[in-house]
Amino acid sequence: MTSHVLVVGAAAAGLSTAEALRRKGYTGGLTLLGDEPHHPYDRPPLSKQVLSGAWEPERARLRDDGVLAALDARFVLGDPAVALDVANRAVTTASGLTLRADAVVLATGVRPRTLPDQAGLAGVHVLRTLDDALALRADLRPPARLVVVGDGVLGAEVAATARGLGVETALAGPQAAPLAAQLGPLASGLLADLHAGHGVRLRLGSAVLGLTSRDGRVTGVRLDAGDVLPADVVVVALGSIPNTDWLAGSGLELDNGVVCDARCRAAEGVYAVGDVARWHHEDLGVALRLENRTNATEQAGAVADNILGTDRAYVPVPYFWTDQFDARLQVHGVPSGADVSVVDGDVEARRFVARYERDGRVVGVLGWNMPKQTRQHRARLLAPIR
Amino acid sequence: MKVSVDEDRCCGAGSCVLAAPDVFDQRDEDGVVVLLAPEPAGHLHGAVREAADVCPAAAITLSGTA
Repeated sequence: MTSHVLVVGAAAAGLSTAEALRRKGYTGGLTLLGDEPHHPYDRPPLSKQVLSGAWEPERARLRDDGVLAALDARFVLGDPAVALDVANRAVTTASGLTLRADAVVLATGVRPRTLPDQAGLAGVHVLRTLDDALALRADLRPPARLVVVGDGVLGAEVAATARGLGVETALAGPQAAPLAAQLGPLASGLLADLHAGHGVRLRLGSAVLGLTSRDGRVTGVRLDAGDVLPADVVVVALGSIPNTDWLAGSGLELDNGVVCDARCRAAEGVYAVGDVARWHHEDLGVALRLENRTNATEQAGAVADNILGTDRAYVPVPYFWTDQFDARLQVHGVPSGADVSVVDGDVEARRFVARYERDGRVVGVLGWNMPKQTRQHRARLLAPIR
Repeated sequence: MKVSVDEDRCCGAGSCVLAAPDVFDQRDEDGVVVLLAPEPAGHLHGAVREAADVCPAAAITLSGTA
């Protein structure tokens, strides 16, 4: 019987696991270990409301003190995990604590991928943590010239927020349009139009080779097309690396994340959840690792069930959303590389729902400024959440 | 149990509607959460707790013990 659960990682996935355990009736001991000093906070607002200054950092907190107190959990914050003893389910922390439990949940997330020559260079940022967002915000003041390196969700959101602040902004990346791999040509083409229409200079279709600098400060971004984009501030948004270094030597299988079975189990009594977990998706028949906010909560529910003895495979329909300028996109399933048709609304009016099919099967639903209708189409077209 | 929602935080995912359709809906025009029952009946509390916990934008707050 499980009488103590240790969750390593105190962000959305870790907190959601603790909440799901309590909601499902778990009354035993609960410890959350976090590497940052902050109480659990939410990441999606970091590239938007927090970066723009519309929200003070406090507002990104996931739960207030009263709600956290009601969780009846011990929080150990500002103390990174450094080792896991799988057989004894014991975690050692940087400060020298040893925490033991009947079940250990690994929720250590990811860290940003960086360019080889950015270390120590002033003006170069990544955006993963609250402190990252505040540091970048301090630099985003006109007449600063910003270059965003990376044409995925985070890069495109940062570019949109920076333009909203009046900062001269360029977006560089190898794809033909922002989010082209995730959304396909129709929606990514509309996104490119949206960014260009708001004055973002798109330098897409060209790989970034590195940075230029003078006296320890960044001056530009070198493209393989041969030119240099001048920059006072650079945001590197080139994707992420799972935080599994501390698990080296633990005996767990590590391969682009913590490798888990269909129950999100990495070893007896050891589970992984959120961005760091690479589990076997039974319906899709592949090992999958999802870096999005909804996966953190949905996977937490499955992990909690499995800890409490309900045998449950985790088989979600992937979902993410992104807000850029006046566009709110909702993406269900895996729409990439598929045939697209508009099933509701009107593309010209920038308010529509699109269905994506591959080999005659619906594989994704995308909504552009039609969230409610998108959810309804998704419910009809794709498998239910549970 | 009292339920409150923060419209500014809402991202329109609709997770709350899936979890507790008697308590939450979404606006047609922008997908923002609509609170149908600010003080839901007891048999709905479990579903409402789940809706609050799984909201990807942490836009739902519960107060009161019952």
